Amino acid sequence: MDPLLRLILAQGMLGLNNGVFYAMLSLGLAVIFGLLNVVNFAHGALYMLGAFLALILYSYLGIWIGISSFSIGFWPSLILVPVLVACFGMLIERFMLRRLYKLDPIYSLLLTFGVTLVLQGLFINFFNASGTPYPGMPESLRGVVNLGFMMFPKYRLFVILFSIVVCFVVWYVIERTRIGSRLRAGTENPELVKAFGINVPLMVMLTFGFGTGLAGLAGVLAAPIYSVSPLMGANLIIVIFAVVVIGGMGSIAGAVVTGFALGLVEGMTKVFYAPAANTVIFLLMVIVLLVRPNGLFGRSS
Amino acid sequence: MSNMTTDITPTMEAVGPDETGTDQTLQSRSRLWQGIFWGALLAFLAAAPFFLYPVFVMQLLCFALFAAAFNLLIGFTGLLSFGHAAFFGGAAYVAGHALKVWGFPPLLGLAAGTLFAAALGWLVGSLAIRRQGIYFAMITLALAQIVYFFALQMPFTGGEDGLQGVPRGHLLGLISLNAPLAMYYFVAGVFLVAFLMIYRIIHSPFGQVLQAIRENEPRALSLGYNVDRFKLLAFVLSAALAGLAGSTKALVFQFASLTDAHWQMSGEVILMTLLGGMGTIFGPVVGAFIVVALQHALSGIGSWVQVVIGGTFIACVLLFRRGVVGELARILRINSL
Repeated sequence: MDPLLRLILAQGMLGLNNGVFYAMLSLGLAVIFGLLNVVNFAHGALYMLGAFLALILYSYLGIWIGISSFSIGFWPSLILVPVLVACFGMLIERFMLRRLYKLDPIYSLLLTFGVTLVLQGLFINFFNASGTPYPGMPESLRGVVNLGFMMFPKYRLFVILFSIVVCFVVWYVIERTRIGSRLRAGTENPELVKAFGINVPLMVMLTFGFGTGLAGLAGVLAAPIYSVSPLMGANLIIVIFAVVVIGGMGSIAGAVVTGFALGLVEGMTKVFYAPAANTVIFLLMVIVLLVRPNGLFGRSS
Repeated sequence: MSNMTTDITPTMEAVGPDETGTDQTLQSRSRLWQGIFWGALLAFLAAAPFFLYPVFVMQLLCFALFAAAFNLLIGFTGLLSFGHAAFFGGAAYVAGHALKVWGFPPLLGLAAGTLFAAALGWLVGSLAIRRQGIYFAMITLALAQIVYFFALQMPFTGGEDGLQGVPRGHLLGLISLNAPLAMYYFVAGVFLVAFLMIYRIIHSPFGQVLQAIRENEPRALSLGYNVDRFKLLAFVLSAALAGLAGSTKALVFQFASLTDAHWQMSGEVILMTLLGGMGTIFGPVVGAFIVVALQHALSGIGSWVQVVIGGTFIACVLLFRRGVVGELARILRINSL
């Protein structure tokens, strides 16, 4: 096979791998923004929290409770951690964000920024700022798969497929089911939905929990790939914001498609002009702003 | 999106004249308290190096100027920029490079940094004002991240090490700025001139239009003001003054570093402004004082500083959105401080 084509396909796969995380995180942001009109700056920190919880459950919990052989592996973490992060998110919503809905949305952005600083600071204190590998990758996902053009780690392939399923399910639930239609109605007109007897504050809290749970899930999935560090969400969140501006926050599908596509674009940039790989998404954002200020999938405001 | 530009500055929802006497007594009382604050500021500037460590005070003044410049945008125009570190840090690199490599004298070095920040502000501003509210914030943040990556990757910035060994030089070729007191009064002078300028901008007809935009953008538009031009000009002014602050900091500490351009710095300046009081005149100075003093006092406990700063942020947003000076103005029943 032509070496350039081989390189393009290989970087495409790695780009898709990053795109998975962009898609899942911007999806969570879009869900939260849709119902609450809140831009959750803490999303990156909650992703980091998810990765750390997986690490703690696997490596530290046993030591802390005095039974060093005790550990919770990857598969249970995949369910447990998102639930824990979602609970944490719901606490933030219930006790902090709820007080700010009547004000300018900028205040909730600032509040979640404060939450980010606290979480980052705490984890830098208790864990090394430089990062720790997560050793709990399950045996069944170790090794590589031959894709014809490259040997691709089995685990990364699993992450790509798993995330596509998750994104599809979320899209389906929100756009095609009764729960989803109530949710969307709640974003359009909370007063009216309240009048139908639906507990809107509870719905808002659960939605926020769901969005943050998605960030936690992305964190667990990321743990075996990237090293788990307190700052792993810090730069990612800004990329996610750019993804959101490019996609436009109007639609769930837009968030997912843009996330995957930008991962691929980043991968291709690595092939053709590597120094720009860090900034290409931001440059794309500039171009999109000039051409379509509401984003590719955005509805005009 | 109409709700996005309202209620940014609770300070200004003001005390009605009926409960505090006539407009005139309200105004004269405001003026009296402003006079007191100006006096305190001048006295502090003159006397500070004799009872505080001068480098600490200079750092304080750089951040106070940075916060005051930022406040021009959020407090008086209603625009939340989350990317002001790009102007602060970017200007620090440019000024540092001009002083060190091109051998610029100090004043020209500061001017180079300031001009660079103004130009960058024009670029970022003209892109960001295409969207409002939180989108505006996210766009400024993303654009600032480009500047950060440039600072990380360009050959002249020194990467992770930063730009070191910036010379202080001689002011007007006469006074050596290596003498601590000379340097201090130079920085105090820069701060005072810039702060007076901000005061003038706020109280000019231009500043009144900015406040009208902050209060009700559609109304300002319908009155015939070219809202986008006013916003852009405010953005450029704010960026330039933030750049002046960053350049001055490079001169004081003799280096420019990545921290100055990182988004967390953008967050810190927001905290300073919020804590002191958005939309107040002296709030950013007070806020910068509190944050810088806090960082010095807590420097022994490592990353807990970040936890404390984050906690302060949360407390500010939840409990006293008017900030210290804003609350003081409310207690004193005056409408601007």
